[in-house]
Amino acid sequence: MAQTCPVELHNVTFAYGEGELRRTVLRDVALRIEAGEIVLLTGPSGSGKTTLLTLIGALRAMQQGEARILGQELAAAREAERVALRSRIGFIFQSHNLLGFLTARQNVAMALELQGGLNEAERLARAAEMLSAVGLADHIDKLPAKLSGGQRQRVAVARALVAEPGLILADEPTAALDRASGQEVVHLLRDLARRQGTPILLVTHDPRILDIADRIVAMEDGRITQTPSPSA
Amino acid sequence: MNQLLRKPALLAADQGLAIPPTRRGAGPLAALGLAIRLAWRQLKADRARLATAIAGVMFACVLVFMQLGFKGALFDSATNMLAAMRADLFLMHPMTQASFRPERLPRIRAWQALADPDVAHAVPIYLEQATLRNPATGTRRSAQVIGFDASAGAVAFTGLPPLIEALQRPDTLAFDARSRPEFGPVGRLFRDHGPYHLQLGRRDFELVGLVEIGPSFGADGNVVMSETNFRRVFARPPGMADLVALRLTPGADATAVQARLRALLPADVVVLTHAELVRGERAYWENGTPIGFIFLFGSIMGLVVGMVIVYQILFADIAGHLSEYATLKAMGYSNAYLSRVVLGAAVILAVIGFIPGLGLAVFLYDFVAKATFLPLHMPPDRALSVFLMIFAMCFTAGLLAMRKLRDANPADMF
Ligand SMILES: Nc1ncnc2c1ncn2[C@@H]1O[C@H](COP(=O)(O)OP(=O)(O)OP(=O)(O)O)[C@@H](O)[C@H]1O
Ligand SMILES: [Mg+2]
Repeated sequence: MAQTCPVELHNVTFAYGEGELRRTVLRDVALRIEAGEIVLLTGPSGSGKTTLLTLIGALRAMQQGEARILGQELAAAREAERVALRSRIGFIFQSHNLLGFLTARQNVAMALELQGGLNEAERLARAAEMLSAVGLADHIDKLPAKLSGGQRQRVAVARALVAEPGLILADEPTAALDRASGQEVVHLLRDLARRQGTPILLVTHDPRILDIADRIVAMEDGRITQTPSPSA
Repeated sequence: MNQLLRKPALLAADQGLAIPPTRRGAGPLAALGLAIRLAWRQLKADRARLATAIAGVMFACVLVFMQLGFKGALFDSATNMLAAMRADLFLMHPMTQASFRPERLPRIRAWQALADPDVAHAVPIYLEQATLRNPATGTRRSAQVIGFDASAGAVAFTGLPPLIEALQRPDTLAFDARSRPEFGPVGRLFRDHGPYHLQLGRRDFELVGLVEIGPSFGADGNVVMSETNFRRVFARPPGMADLVALRLTPGADATAVQARLRALLPADVVVLTHAELVRGERAYWENGTPIGFIFLFGSIMGLVVGMVIVYQILFADIAGHLSEYATLKAMGYSNAYLSRVVLGAAVILAVIGFIPGLGLAVFLYDFVAKATFLPLHMPPDRALSVFLMIFAMCFTAGLLAMRKLRDANPADMF
């Protein structure tokens, strides 16, 4: 099967603001992520990493350039197409953003409710399996408030992965965690994504987790400065 | 590379789960069910806020029920006298708006109506107000006096038939047992001691029995007597009556007779069925007075207050969980889906606030009915229409609160 690569960007330029206040934060960005590849994006604060991630995740409308994410052209995509694309991407945020009134398992099952073909029992079973895979088998029915920071972020990882997305986008997922839990979370994320064959684009400042990467991309002032070609 | 491409390895192979992932999208009905379930879970999570919301809806419910209840009761009781006065057809002057202020019609119309073969009896009815002396305290209070010849049997009041003979004696009357208590223990004294004397106007009458009519807007109590006795008390032009009751031959078609009489009689009378007579009286009080508007205003105030409370609760729920809503948007939940969650919460509040509200209103109806003698009761169509109002109230609150969802921007999540 001739699989196209999950992330393909060409000449992506993006600016915030209008008129006088207009500030270009991405300039001619080109990026390719191959299937199953784990890419870390680093760079100084304000270099445009988060902006790039929100464009790839279809959370923001494109301005200039071309982007094809999981086969979906983003340049001319309608809102409904962007919403549909988002359901095929697993997001992991700096803070876990779990729904406080749902248990860990219900939170994870939320990622499955958008798709048909599964009934409630199957959704809960899959969610429970995913939680065991991140080592939370004993905590599936706890509310987020009853979990530690690292455990919550692991629930967020399970939620991002459970629907078997075509791509994982993570923005500083370890920023709010201590060293040990941070390491644990990214290693879990890497192992599970490897097994699913899911590519990851992960923004980080954290030098301790660079070891999980297949490739590291650095950004500065809206440009990608260093893109060693993927070692296939 | 090829190895990496072979997908669902994790769950399918490792844990032996045989469900392949699909991207079909849930059916619209299933999605709605899930949205409402999410709304309910969110409402349920904050018990105090849920209780406040339910109390708000209940408050609006009870307020509207009480307004409608009082309105209905007042209008029902406004027509008590005519509602209790049953006959097959009535003749009335076309300019009569309310029974407490009747326009007189020529008595001869009664005899003319007899020309129709299906009219068996035509009985003129006379209406006046007179004071009745309280047998316990001696104070006077105004009562409605209804005079007619009961022996023809054209006019029926509950309790009247056994009294027909006694009422034909001079200076006798029957008293309405459902009159307001200010007339004194008239009924109790009668039940305990039998007939006794009562003063009506300046004249002594013998109370020979009790009928059931009920107080109206125009009168706190009612007295029934024969036409002869009526004429002894009130000096009235002999040729004029206030109302005429017609009794038809058994099996006669009332609408056909009504049509024939309309053609037969001159324009100074209208021919009405009992229902039309009562409806006309009710319409006078509903439309001819500001009473209806006052209750409408009260109901609207209740709904507005309820709506503000529900809106506040829903709004605070969204505002307090913006990042969670934004996360759901990032996960692929559409704005429309989340709007359904908010509306689902509004509808849930409507239902779970209405049920106890209905219960409380029924209880209060009973309580108030006992305290005021107003005929408060809960007709099913009123329960339904209040439910629809509460539903609309909560739905509107949901629509207003929904706008806050736009502030949940998934691009701000990173
Ligand atoms: N919503 C916004 N409106 C206007 N300007 C913005 C907005 N978001 C970010 N910026 C600006 O765009 C530039 C790039 O921001 P971005 O968040 O992409 O950087 P970053 O590389 O993620 O930084 P950090 O490492 O601090 O997270 C910054 O100068 C920032 O101030
Ligand atoms: Mg950032």
